[in-house]
Amino acid sequence: MLSTTILSSLIVVAIALVLLQKSTLVLTTHSLSELLLSSSWRPSKNEFGFYPYIVGTLWVTGLAMAISTVPSLLMAIYLVEYAPARIRSIIKPMVDLLAGIPSVVYGLWALLLIVPFIRDQLAALAGVTTTGYTVLAGGIVLAVMVTPITISVSEEVIRAVPRPIREASMALGATRWQTVKHAVIRSAFPGIIAAVILGFGRAFGETIAVLMVVGNVAKVPVSLFDPAYPIPALIANNYGEMMSIPSYESAFMLAALLLLLIVLLFSIVAAVLLVGIKRRYVVG
Amino acid sequence: MILSVIVVLGSLVSVLVVILVKGAPALTVSMLTETSTGGYYLGGKGGVLNAIVGSVYLVGGATAIAVAISLPTALYLNEYASRSKLAGFARQSLDILWSVPSIIYGVFGFTIMVYFGIRASLLGGILALAMLELPIMIRAMDEVMRMIPLKLKESSYALGATKLETALNVIARQALPGVTMGVLLAVGRAIGDAASVLFTAGYTDSIPRSLFDPVASLPLAVFFQLATPFPEVQQRAYASGFILLIIVLSLSVASRLLTKKATAYVIK
Repeated sequence: MLSTTILSSLIVVAIALVLLQKSTLVLTTHSLSELLLSSSWRPSKNEFGFYPYIVGTLWVTGLAMAISTVPSLLMAIYLVEYAPARIRSIIKPMVDLLAGIPSVVYGLWALLLIVPFIRDQLAALAGVTTTGYTVLAGGIVLAVMVTPITISVSEEVIRAVPRPIREASMALGATRWQTVKHAVIRSAFPGIIAAVILGFGRAFGETIAVLMVVGNVAKVPVSLFDPAYPIPALIANNYGEMMSIPSYESAFMLAALLLLLIVLLFSIVAAVLLVGIKRRYVVG
Repeated sequence: MILSVIVVLGSLVSVLVVILVKGAPALTVSMLTETSTGGYYLGGKGGVLNAIVGSVYLVGGATAIAVAISLPTALYLNEYASRSKLAGFARQSLDILWSVPSIIYGVFGFTIMVYFGIRASLLGGILALAMLELPIMIRAMDEVMRMIPLKLKESSYALGATKLETALNVIARQALPGVTMGVLLAVGRAIGDAASVLFTAGYTDSIPRSLFDPVASLPLAVFFQLATPFPEVQQRAYASGFILLIIVLSLSVASRLLTKKATAYVIK
Protein backbone atom coordinates (compact mmCIF):
# COMPACT_ATOMS: atom_id res chain seq x y z
CA MET A 1 0.00 0.00 0.00
CA LEU A 2 2.81 2.34 0.82
CA SER A 3 4.34 1.71 -2.56
CA THR A 4 1.18 2.56 -4.47
CA THR A 5 0.80 5.76 -2.49
CA ILE A 6 4.34 6.82 -3.24
CA LEU A 7 3.90 5.87 -6.87
CA SER A 8 0.71 7.88 -7.33
CA SER A 9 2.05 10.93 -5.56
CA LEU A 10 5.16 10.97 -7.69
CA ILE A 11 3.36 10.91 -11.04
CA VAL A 12 2.84 14.64 -11.16
CA VAL A 13 6.46 15.21 -10.19
CA ALA A 14 7.61 12.83 -12.91
CA ILE A 15 5.54 14.62 -15.53
CA ALA A 16 6.91 18.00 -14.52
CA LEU A 17 10.51 16.74 -14.55
CA VAL A 18 10.23 15.05 -17.93
CA LEU A 19 8.65 18.10 -19.53
CA LEU A 20 11.26 20.36 -17.97
CA GLN A 21 14.13 18.22 -19.15
CA LYS A 22 12.80 18.14 -22.68
CA SER A 23 12.20 21.88 -22.76
CA THR A 24 15.74 22.79 -21.81
CA LEU A 25 16.91 22.58 -25.41
CA VAL A 26 14.65 25.35 -26.60
CA LEU A 27 15.08 27.33 -23.41
CA THR A 28 18.84 27.46 -23.76
CA THR A 29 18.82 28.47 -27.41
CA HIS A 30 16.12 31.11 -27.21
CA SER A 31 15.57 33.96 -24.82
CA LEU A 32 12.42 33.92 -22.75
CA SER A 33 11.22 37.21 -24.17
CA GLU A 34 11.53 35.89 -27.71
CA LEU A 35 9.56 32.77 -26.85
CA LEU A 36 6.78 34.60 -25.06
CA LEU A 37 6.48 37.82 -27.01
CA SER A 38 7.46 37.11 -30.60
CA SER A 39 4.81 36.38 -33.18
CA SER A 40 6.91 34.54 -35.70
CA TRP A 41 6.46 30.80 -35.64
CA ARG A 42 8.80 29.22 -38.18
CA PRO A 43 10.07 25.91 -36.89
CA SER A 44 12.22 25.27 -39.91
CA LYS A 45 14.09 28.48 -39.20
CA ASN A 46 14.19 27.69 -35.50
CA GLU A 47 11.93 30.56 -34.59
CA PHE A 48 9.33 29.88 -31.93
CA GLY A 49 7.20 32.84 -31.01
CA PHE A 50 4.39 31.73 -28.74
CA TYR A 51 2.71 35.10 -28.49
CA PRO A 52 -0.31 34.52 -30.80
CA TYR A 53 -0.97 31.19 -29.12
CA ILE A 54 -0.74 32.60 -25.62
CA VAL A 55 -3.04 35.48 -26.49
CA GLY A 56 -5.47 33.11 -28.21
CA THR A 57 -5.54 30.90 -25.14
CA LEU A 58 -6.17 33.87 -22.87
CA TRP A 59 -8.96 35.21 -25.08
CA VAL A 60 -10.84 31.93 -25.23
CA THR A 61 -10.36 31.08 -21.55
CA GLY A 62 -11.17 34.61 -20.39
CA LEU A 63 -14.33 34.65 -22.47
CA ALA A 64 -15.37 31.27 -21.10
CA MET A 65 -14.95 32.47 -17.54
CA ALA A 66 -16.76 35.74 -18.27
CA ILE A 67 -19.73 33.82 -19.66
CA SER A 68 -19.90 31.03 -17.13
CA THR A 69 -19.03 32.54 -13.76
CA VAL A 70 -22.16 34.54 -12.94
CA PRO A 71 -24.74 31.94 -14.09
CA SER A 72 -22.85 29.16 -12.29
CA LEU A 73 -22.73 31.15 -9.09
CA LEU A 74 -26.39 32.09 -9.28
CA MET A 75 -27.25 28.48 -9.96
CA ALA A 76 -25.22 27.32 -6.95
CA ILE A 77 -26.95 29.89 -4.74
CA TYR A 78 -30.31 28.78 -6.03
CA LEU A 79 -29.50 25.13 -5.36
CA VAL A 80 -28.41 25.77 -1.79
CA GLU A 81 -30.64 28.57 -0.59
CA TYR A 82 -33.81 28.57 -2.58
CA ALA A 83 -34.51 25.26 -4.22
CA PRO A 84 -36.97 22.88 -2.58
CA ALA A 85 -35.53 19.42 -2.00
CA ARG A 86 -37.45 17.80 -4.81
CA ILE A 87 -36.23 20.23 -7.43
CA ARG A 88 -32.72 19.95 -6.10
CA SER A 89 -32.83 16.19 -6.48
CA ILE A 90 -33.71 16.62 -10.14
CA ILE A 91 -31.29 19.40 -10.95
CA LYS A 92 -28.23 18.00 -9.19
CA PRO A 93 -28.07 14.82 -11.32
CA MET A 94 -28.55 16.94 -14.41
CA VAL A 95 -25.54 19.06 -13.51
CA ASP A 96 -23.55 15.89 -12.87
CA LEU A 97 -24.60 14.66 -16.27
CA LEU A 98 -23.36 17.87 -17.82
CA ALA A 99 -20.03 17.26 -16.13
CA GLY A 100 -19.76 13.79 -17.56
CA ILE A 101 -20.33 14.51 -21.24
CA PRO A 102 -17.14 13.80 -23.19
CA SER A 103 -15.41 16.75 -24.76
CA VAL A 104 -15.70 15.43 -28.33
CA VAL A 105 -19.44 15.41 -27.90
CA TYR A 106 -19.35 19.02 -26.74
CA GLY A 107 -17.21 19.84 -29.74
CA LEU A 108 -19.71 18.11 -32.01
CA TRP A 109 -22.61 20.02 -30.46
CA ALA A 110 -20.78 23.31 -30.82
CA LEU A 111 -19.92 22.51 -34.41
CA LEU A 112 -23.53 21.72 -35.24
CA LEU A 113 -25.21 24.49 -33.29
CA ILE A 114 -22.92 27.29 -32.19
CA VAL A 115 -20.72 27.73 -35.25
CA PRO A 116 -23.63 28.08 -37.71
CA PHE A 117 -25.40 30.35 -35.24
CA ILE A 118 -22.41 32.66 -35.06
CA ARG A 119 -21.83 32.55 -38.76
CA ASP A 120 -25.40 33.26 -39.76
CA GLN A 121 -27.19 35.10 -36.98
CA LEU A 122 -24.70 36.82 -34.76
CA ALA A 123 -22.36 37.99 -37.46
CA ALA A 124 -25.21 39.61 -39.35
CA LEU A 125 -26.20 41.43 -36.17
CA ALA A 126 -22.66 42.63 -35.63
CA GLY A 127 -22.10 43.44 -39.26
CA VAL A 128 -19.05 41.25 -39.80
CA THR A 129 -18.44 38.25 -42.01
CA THR A 130 -16.98 35.22 -40.37
CA THR A 131 -16.72 31.50 -40.86
CA GLY A 132 -18.17 30.92 -37.43
CA TYR A 133 -14.96 29.26 -36.25
CA THR A 134 -14.18 31.95 -33.75
CA VAL A 135 -13.02 32.88 -30.31
CA LEU A 136 -16.69 33.30 -29.46
CA ALA A 137 -17.49 29.71 -30.39
CA GLY A 138 -14.57 28.41 -28.35
CA GLY A 139 -15.54 30.61 -25.43
CA ILE A 140 -19.15 29.47 -25.44
CA VAL A 141 -18.36 25.76 -25.59
CA LEU A 142 -15.71 26.10 -22.88
CA ALA A 143 -18.16 28.05 -20.73
CA VAL A 144 -20.67 25.21 -20.92
CA MET A 145 -17.96 22.69 -20.07
CA VAL A 146 -16.64 24.64 -17.09
CA THR A 147 -20.05 25.43 -15.58
CA PRO A 148 -20.63 22.09 -13.79
CA ILE A 149 -17.31 22.27 -11.96
CA THR A 150 -17.88 25.84 -10.83
CA ILE A 151 -21.41 24.98 -9.75
CA SER A 152 -20.49 21.94 -7.70
CA VAL A 153 -17.54 23.50 -5.89
CA SER A 154 -19.44 26.75 -5.21
CA GLU A 155 -22.38 24.74 -3.98
CA GLU A 156 -20.23 22.85 -1.49
CA VAL A 157 -18.66 26.04 -0.26
CA ILE A 158 -21.95 27.90 0.14
CA ARG A 159 -23.46 24.92 1.88
CA ALA A 160 -20.55 24.91 4.32
CA VAL A 161 -21.45 28.36 5.65
CA PRO A 162 -22.87 27.62 9.11
CA ARG A 163 -26.54 28.13 9.81
CA PRO A 164 -26.03 30.59 12.70
CA ILE A 165 -24.71 33.15 10.23
CA ARG A 166 -27.89 33.00 8.17
CA GLU A 167 -30.07 32.94 11.26
CA ALA A 168 -28.34 35.94 12.79
CA SER A 169 -28.82 37.91 9.61
CA MET A 170 -32.50 37.09 9.38
CA ALA A 171 -32.96 37.81 13.08
CA LEU A 172 -31.77 41.32 12.31
CA GLY A 173 -34.60 41.65 9.81
CA ALA A 174 -32.81 41.04 6.54
CA THR A 175 -34.66 39.54 3.59
CA ARG A 176 -33.61 36.24 2.04
CA TRP A 177 -31.67 37.93 -0.71
CA GLN A 178 -30.01 40.38 1.65
CA THR A 179 -28.94 37.48 3.80
CA VAL A 180 -27.51 35.68 0.84
CA LYS A 181 -25.76 38.70 -0.55
CA HIS A 182 -24.28 40.19 2.59
CA ALA A 183 -23.84 37.29 4.95
CA VAL A 184 -23.54 34.04 3.07
CA ILE A 185 -21.62 35.13 0.00
CA ARG A 186 -19.27 37.29 1.99
CA SER A 187 -18.41 34.35 4.22
CA ALA A 188 -18.06 31.93 1.37
CA PHE A 189 -16.13 34.37 -0.79
CA PRO A 190 -12.68 32.71 -0.70
CA GLY A 191 -14.28 29.39 -1.53
CA ILE A 192 -16.17 30.92 -4.42
CA ILE A 193 -12.95 32.39 -5.75
CA ALA A 194 -11.42 28.92 -5.42
CA ALA A 195 -14.30 27.46 -7.44
CA VAL A 196 -13.79 30.01 -10.19
CA ILE A 197 -10.05 29.38 -10.22
CA LEU A 198 -10.56 25.63 -10.50
CA GLY A 199 -12.90 26.23 -13.40
CA PHE A 200 -10.31 28.49 -15.01
CA GLY A 201 -7.73 25.75 -14.70
CA ARG A 202 -10.00 23.28 -16.42
CA ALA A 203 -10.85 25.73 -19.18
CA PHE A 204 -7.20 26.45 -19.78
CA GLY A 205 -6.27 22.90 -20.61
CA GLU A 206 -9.35 21.71 -22.44
CA THR A 207 -8.24 20.60 -25.85
CA ILE A 208 -10.60 18.74 -28.13
CA ALA A 209 -13.82 20.69 -27.94
CA VAL A 210 -12.08 24.01 -28.42
CA LEU A 211 -9.90 22.62 -31.21
CA MET A 212 -12.96 21.76 -33.22
CA VAL A 213 -14.54 25.19 -33.24
CA VAL A 214 -11.96 27.85 -32.73
CA GLY A 215 -10.44 28.03 -36.20
CA ASN A 216 -6.82 27.21 -35.47
CA VAL A 217 -5.36 30.24 -37.21
CA ALA A 218 -2.12 31.47 -35.72
CA LYS A 219 -2.84 35.16 -35.60
CA VAL A 220 -3.47 37.32 -32.60
CA PRO A 221 -7.26 37.66 -32.43
CA VAL A 222 -8.56 41.22 -32.36
CA SER A 223 -12.26 40.64 -31.99
CA LEU A 224 -14.64 37.99 -30.77
CA PHE A 225 -15.25 36.99 -34.36
CA ASP A 226 -11.63 36.21 -35.15
CA PRO A 227 -10.27 32.69 -35.06
CA ALA A 228 -7.62 31.82 -32.51
CA TYR A 229 -5.13 29.05 -31.80
CA PRO A 230 -4.95 28.09 -28.14
CA ILE A 231 -1.89 26.28 -26.83
CA PRO A 232 -3.52 22.87 -26.23
CA ALA A 233 -4.83 22.93 -29.79
CA LEU A 234 -1.33 23.78 -31.01
CA ILE A 235 0.11 20.75 -29.26
CA ALA A 236 -2.65 18.44 -30.43
CA ASN A 237 -2.54 19.51 -34.05
CA ASN A 238 1.17 19.41 -34.65
CA TYR A 239 2.39 16.55 -32.59
CA GLY A 240 3.18 14.21 -35.44
CA GLU A 241 5.28 16.65 -37.41
CA MET A 242 7.38 17.83 -34.58
CA MET A 243 9.03 14.66 -33.47
CA SER A 244 11.63 14.71 -36.18
CA ILE A 245 13.12 18.08 -35.30
CA PRO A 246 14.56 18.21 -31.78
CA SER A 247 14.13 21.94 -31.35
CA TYR A 248 10.51 21.73 -32.54
CA GLU A 249 9.84 18.93 -30.11
CA SER A 250 11.47 20.90 -27.35
CA ALA A 251 9.28 23.91 -28.11
CA PHE A 252 6.18 21.78 -27.71
CA MET A 253 7.45 20.36 -24.47
CA LEU A 254 7.85 23.93 -23.31
CA ALA A 255 4.26 24.66 -24.32
CA ALA A 256 3.08 21.60 -22.38
CA LEU A 257 5.23 22.63 -19.43
CA LEU A 258 3.71 26.13 -19.49
CA LEU A 259 0.24 24.59 -19.40
CA LEU A 260 1.21 22.33 -16.54
CA LEU A 261 2.76 25.12 -14.50
CA ILE A 262 -0.22 27.42 -14.92
CA VAL A 263 -2.66 24.68 -13.98
CA LEU A 264 -0.43 23.79 -11.02
CA LEU A 265 -0.43 27.37 -9.86
CA PHE A 266 -4.19 27.65 -10.07
CA SER A 267 -4.63 24.34 -8.30
CA ILE A 268 -2.42 25.35 -5.40
CA VAL A 269 -4.05 28.76 -5.01
CA ALA A 270 -7.50 27.18 -5.02
CA ALA A 271 -6.40 24.57 -2.47
CA VAL A 272 -5.01 27.24 -0.15
CA LEU A 273 -8.26 29.21 -0.36
CA LEU A 274 -10.37 26.13 0.30
CA VAL A 275 -8.28 25.05 3.28
CA GLY A 276 -8.70 28.56 4.66
CA ILE A 277 -12.46 28.24 4.40
CA LYS A 278 -12.50 24.83 6.06
CA ARG A 279 -10.34 26.08 8.88
CA ARG A 280 -12.61 29.06 9.42
CA TYR A 281 -15.67 26.93 9.73
CA VAL A 282 -14.49 23.93 11.69
CA VAL A 283 -17.72 22.49 12.97
CA GLY A 284 -17.16 21.15 16.45
CA MET B 1 -31.43 33.50 -10.81
CA ILE B 2 -34.07 31.34 -12.34
CA LEU B 3 -32.81 32.59 -15.66
CA SER B 4 -29.37 31.17 -15.02
CA VAL B 5 -30.87 27.83 -14.01
CA ILE B 6 -32.81 27.79 -17.25
CA VAL B 7 -29.74 28.69 -19.28
CA VAL B 8 -27.55 26.02 -17.71
CA LEU B 9 -30.11 23.25 -17.85
CA GLY B 10 -31.17 24.42 -21.27
CA SER B 11 -27.67 23.95 -22.61
CA LEU B 12 -27.60 20.40 -21.25
CA VAL B 13 -30.88 19.62 -22.94
CA SER B 14 -29.64 21.30 -26.09
CA VAL B 15 -26.52 19.14 -26.22
CA LEU B 16 -28.50 15.96 -25.75
CA VAL B 17 -31.13 16.94 -28.27
CA VAL B 18 -28.73 18.07 -30.99
CA ILE B 19 -26.62 14.93 -30.78
CA LEU B 20 -29.74 12.78 -30.69
CA VAL B 21 -31.37 14.46 -33.65
CA LYS B 22 -28.26 14.43 -35.78
CA GLY B 23 -26.83 11.15 -34.68
CA ALA B 24 -29.73 8.76 -34.36
CA PRO B 25 -30.81 8.82 -38.02
CA ALA B 26 -27.30 7.98 -39.14
CA LEU B 27 -27.00 5.05 -36.78
CA THR B 28 -27.34 1.74 -38.61
CA VAL B 29 -26.76 -1.78 -37.41
CA SER B 30 -23.75 -2.12 -39.66
CA MET B 31 -22.14 0.80 -37.87
CA LEU B 32 -22.20 -1.15 -34.68
CA THR B 33 -21.17 -4.51 -36.00
CA GLU B 34 -18.59 -3.91 -38.67
CA THR B 35 -15.11 -2.58 -38.42
CA SER B 36 -13.82 0.07 -40.77
CA THR B 37 -12.73 -0.99 -44.20
CA GLY B 38 -10.10 0.59 -46.34
CA GLY B 39 -12.21 3.23 -47.96
CA TYR B 40 -14.16 4.10 -44.85
CA TYR B 41 -13.07 7.66 -44.52
CA LEU B 42 -13.67 8.26 -48.16
CA GLY B 43 -17.26 7.13 -47.97
CA GLY B 44 -16.77 3.38 -48.18
CA LYS B 45 -18.51 0.75 -46.20
CA GLY B 46 -17.96 -0.39 -42.68
CA GLY B 47 -18.69 0.67 -39.16
CA VAL B 48 -17.08 1.70 -35.94
CA LEU B 49 -16.88 -1.65 -34.21
CA ASN B 50 -13.10 -1.25 -34.13
CA ALA B 51 -13.53 1.96 -32.17
CA ILE B 52 -16.14 0.54 -29.80
CA VAL B 53 -14.12 -2.58 -29.01
CA GLY B 54 -10.94 -0.51 -28.88
CA SER B 55 -12.45 1.84 -26.34
CA VAL B 56 -13.61 -1.09 -24.25
CA TYR B 57 -10.12 -2.63 -24.27
CA LEU B 58 -8.47 0.70 -23.46
CA VAL B 59 -10.76 1.65 -20.64
CA GLY B 60 -10.95 -1.89 -19.28
CA GLY B 61 -7.20 -2.20 -19.03
CA ALA B 62 -6.76 1.29 -17.67
CA THR B 63 -9.47 0.82 -15.03
CA ALA B 64 -7.97 -2.46 -13.87
CA ILE B 65 -4.59 -0.84 -13.36
CA ALA B 66 -6.07 2.30 -11.82
CA VAL B 67 -8.22 0.39 -9.31
CA ALA B 68 -5.28 -1.82 -8.37
CA ILE B 69 -3.27 1.28 -7.54
CA SER B 70 -5.94 3.57 -6.14
CA LEU B 71 -7.68 1.22 -3.70
CA PRO B 72 -4.54 0.41 -1.68
CA THR B 73 -3.51 4.06 -1.86
CA ALA B 74 -6.85 5.28 -0.53
CA LEU B 75 -6.81 2.65 2.21
CA TYR B 76 -3.26 3.59 3.12
CA LEU B 77 -4.03 7.31 3.19
CA ASN B 78 -6.93 6.74 5.53
CA GLU B 79 -5.80 3.94 7.74
CA TYR B 80 -2.08 3.98 8.12
CA ALA B 81 -0.85 7.45 7.52
CA SER B 82 -3.77 9.79 7.90
CA ARG B 83 -1.91 12.66 9.43
CA SER B 84 1.59 12.03 8.26
CA LYS B 85 3.54 14.28 5.93
CA LEU B 86 3.40 11.63 3.24
CA ALA B 87 -0.39 11.68 3.29
CA GLY B 88 -0.45 15.47 3.02
CA PHE B 89 2.01 15.42 0.14
CA ALA B 90 0.19 12.59 -1.61
CA ARG B 91 -3.20 14.29 -1.32
CA GLN B 92 -1.88 17.61 -2.59
CA SER B 93 -0.07 15.97 -5.47
CA LEU B 94 -3.17 14.00 -6.43
CA ASP B 95 -5.25 17.17 -6.27
CA ILE B 96 -2.89 18.76 -8.75
CA LEU B 97 -2.96 15.65 -10.92
CA TRP B 98 -6.74 15.93 -10.96
CA SER B 99 -6.59 19.31 -12.67
CA VAL B 100 -3.94 18.37 -15.20
CA PRO B 101 -5.25 18.72 -18.76
CA SER B 102 -5.51 15.36 -20.45
CA ILE B 103 -3.31 16.38 -23.35
CA ILE B 104 -0.40 16.50 -20.96
CA TYR B 105 -0.97 12.83 -20.15
CA GLY B 106 -0.75 12.24 -23.87
CA VAL B 107 2.47 14.19 -24.22
CA PHE B 108 4.04 12.59 -21.17
CA GLY B 109 2.90 9.10 -22.12
CA PHE B 110 4.24 9.55 -25.61
CA THR B 111 7.62 10.74 -24.35
CA ILE B 112 7.92 7.74 -22.06
CA MET B 113 6.88 5.44 -24.86
CA VAL B 114 9.52 6.86 -27.17
CA TYR B 115 12.11 6.42 -24.46
CA PHE B 116 11.25 2.75 -24.09
CA GLY B 117 10.81 2.19 -27.77
CA ILE B 118 7.10 1.31 -27.59
CA ARG B 119 5.03 2.45 -30.54
CA ALA B 120 1.56 3.96 -30.39
CA SER B 121 -0.38 1.03 -29.08
CA LEU B 122 -2.98 -0.38 -26.72
CA LEU B 123 -0.38 -0.42 -23.97
CA GLY B 124 0.41 3.26 -24.36
CA GLY B 125 -3.25 4.19 -24.38
CA ILE B 126 -3.91 2.11 -21.29
CA LEU B 127 -1.09 3.81 -19.40
CA ALA B 128 -2.25 7.30 -20.36
CA LEU B 129 -5.86 6.55 -19.41
CA ALA B 130 -4.77 4.93 -16.14
CA MET B 131 -3.00 8.16 -15.23
CA LEU B 132 -6.17 10.04 -16.09
CA GLU B 133 -8.40 7.81 -13.97
CA LEU B 134 -6.12 7.59 -10.97
CA PRO B 135 -6.73 10.99 -9.33
CA ILE B 136 -10.49 10.81 -9.93
CA MET B 137 -10.73 7.40 -8.28
CA ILE B 138 -8.45 8.19 -5.37
CA ARG B 139 -10.24 11.43 -4.60
CA ALA B 140 -13.66 9.74 -4.61
CA MET B 141 -12.45 6.83 -2.50
CA ASP B 142 -10.64 9.11 -0.09
CA GLU B 143 -13.71 11.29 0.47
CA VAL B 144 -15.87 8.29 1.20
CA MET B 145 -13.40 6.61 3.51
CA ARG B 146 -12.88 9.79 5.46
CA MET B 147 -16.55 9.89 6.32
CA ILE B 148 -16.57 6.47 7.94
CA PRO B 149 -17.29 7.05 11.62
CA LEU B 150 -14.39 6.45 13.96
CA LYS B 151 -16.54 4.28 16.23
CA LEU B 152 -16.85 1.67 13.52
CA LYS B 153 -13.11 1.34 13.19
CA GLU B 154 -12.64 1.39 16.92
CA SER B 155 -15.15 -1.41 17.40
CA SER B 156 -13.26 -3.46 14.89
CA TYR B 157 -9.97 -2.93 16.67
CA ALA B 158 -11.63 -3.62 20.02
CA LEU B 159 -12.59 -7.04 18.71
CA GLY B 160 -8.95 -7.74 18.03
CA ALA B 161 -8.77 -7.15 14.28
CA THR B 162 -5.47 -6.07 12.78
CA LYS B 163 -5.16 -2.91 10.71
CA LEU B 164 -5.21 -4.90 7.52
CA GLU B 165 -8.27 -6.87 8.55
CA THR B 166 -10.07 -3.69 9.52
CA ALA B 167 -9.08 -2.05 6.28
CA LEU B 168 -10.33 -4.90 4.15
CA ASN B 169 -13.43 -5.97 6.00
CA VAL B 170 -14.78 -2.85 7.60
CA ILE B 171 -13.54 0.17 5.69
CA ALA B 172 -13.65 -1.26 2.21
CA ARG B 173 -17.14 -2.60 2.71
CA GLN B 174 -18.46 0.66 4.16
CA ALA B 175 -16.89 2.60 1.36
CA LEU B 176 -18.20 0.32 -1.37
CA PRO B 177 -20.93 2.65 -2.71
CA GLY B 178 -18.58 5.59 -2.91
CA VAL B 179 -15.86 3.48 -4.42
CA THR B 180 -18.25 2.17 -7.06
CA MET B 181 -19.37 5.66 -7.92
CA GLY B 182 -15.77 6.87 -8.11
CA VAL B 183 -14.74 4.04 -10.39
CA LEU B 184 -17.66 4.57 -12.74
CA LEU B 185 -17.08 8.32 -12.76
CA ALA B 186 -13.49 7.72 -13.78
CA VAL B 187 -14.54 5.22 -16.44
CA GLY B 188 -17.01 7.69 -17.88
CA ARG B 189 -14.34 10.34 -18.06
CA ALA B 190 -11.79 7.99 -19.61
CA ILE B 191 -14.07 6.61 -22.30
CA GLY B 192 -14.76 10.07 -23.64
CA ASP B 193 -11.26 11.42 -23.51
CA ALA B 194 -9.57 12.01 -26.84
CA ALA B 195 -6.56 14.15 -26.03
CA SER B 196 -4.73 11.54 -23.99
CA VAL B 197 -5.17 8.72 -26.50
CA LEU B 198 -4.43 10.87 -29.53
CA PHE B 199 -0.71 10.24 -29.44
CA THR B 200 -0.46 7.20 -27.27
CA ALA B 201 -2.97 4.76 -28.69
CA GLY B 202 -2.73 5.48 -32.38
CA TYR B 203 -5.61 4.64 -34.61
CA THR B 204 -6.39 1.65 -36.76
CA ASP B 205 -9.09 -0.04 -38.75
CA SER B 206 -8.80 -3.36 -37.01
CA ILE B 207 -9.30 -4.71 -33.56
CA PRO B 208 -5.98 -5.08 -31.76
CA ARG B 209 -4.70 -8.57 -31.18
CA SER B 210 -1.90 -7.78 -28.80
CA LEU B 211 -0.92 -5.08 -26.34
CA PHE B 212 1.46 -3.62 -28.88
CA ASP B 213 -1.03 -3.12 -31.69
CA PRO B 214 -2.45 0.32 -32.29
CA VAL B 215 -6.05 0.67 -31.23
CA ALA B 216 -8.98 2.81 -32.31
CA SER B 217 -11.14 4.64 -29.81
CA LEU B 218 -14.60 6.15 -30.03
CA PRO B 219 -13.69 9.79 -29.35
CA LEU B 220 -10.96 9.66 -31.99
CA ALA B 221 -13.38 7.96 -34.38
CA VAL B 222 -15.73 10.91 -34.02
CA PHE B 223 -12.87 13.34 -34.42
CA PHE B 224 -11.38 11.79 -37.53
CA GLN B 225 -14.67 11.10 -39.24
CA LEU B 226 -15.68 14.70 -38.71
CA ALA B 227 -12.52 15.90 -40.36
CA THR B 228 -13.35 14.41 -43.76
CA PRO B 229 -14.96 16.47 -46.52
CA PHE B 230 -17.60 13.86 -47.25
CA PRO B 231 -21.05 14.48 -45.78
CA GLU B 232 -21.83 10.74 -45.50
CA VAL B 233 -18.77 10.22 -43.35
CA GLN B 234 -19.63 13.27 -41.29
CA GLN B 235 -23.03 11.76 -40.69
CA ARG B 236 -21.28 8.72 -39.34
CA ALA B 237 -19.36 11.01 -37.02
CA TYR B 238 -22.63 12.22 -35.57
CA ALA B 239 -23.76 8.64 -35.13
CA SER B 240 -20.51 7.73 -33.38
CA GLY B 241 -20.91 10.74 -31.14
CA PHE B 242 -24.39 9.52 -30.36
CA ILE B 243 -23.05 6.07 -29.45
CA LEU B 244 -20.48 7.66 -27.16
CA LEU B 245 -23.13 9.79 -25.49
CA ILE B 246 -25.37 6.79 -24.94
CA ILE B 247 -22.51 4.87 -23.36
CA VAL B 248 -21.64 7.73 -21.01
CA LEU B 249 -25.27 8.29 -20.05
CA SER B 250 -25.80 4.59 -19.33
CA LEU B 251 -22.68 4.56 -17.18
CA SER B 252 -24.08 7.49 -15.24
CA VAL B 253 -27.40 5.75 -14.68
CA ALA B 254 -25.68 2.45 -13.88
CA SER B 255 -23.46 4.10 -11.31
CA ARG B 256 -26.46 5.54 -9.55
CA LEU B 257 -28.21 2.17 -9.50
CA LEU B 258 -25.14 0.21 -8.41
CA THR B 259 -24.42 2.73 -5.68
CA LYS B 260 -27.92 2.28 -4.34
CA LYS B 261 -27.49 -1.49 -4.35
CA ALA B 262 -24.11 -1.35 -2.69
CA THR B 263 -25.53 0.84 0.05
CA ALA B 264 -27.30 -2.28 1.29
CA TYR B 265 -24.02 -3.41 2.82
CA VAL B 266 -23.37 -0.15 4.57
CA ILE B 267 -24.03 0.35 8.26
CA LYS B 268 -25.67 3.68 8.83
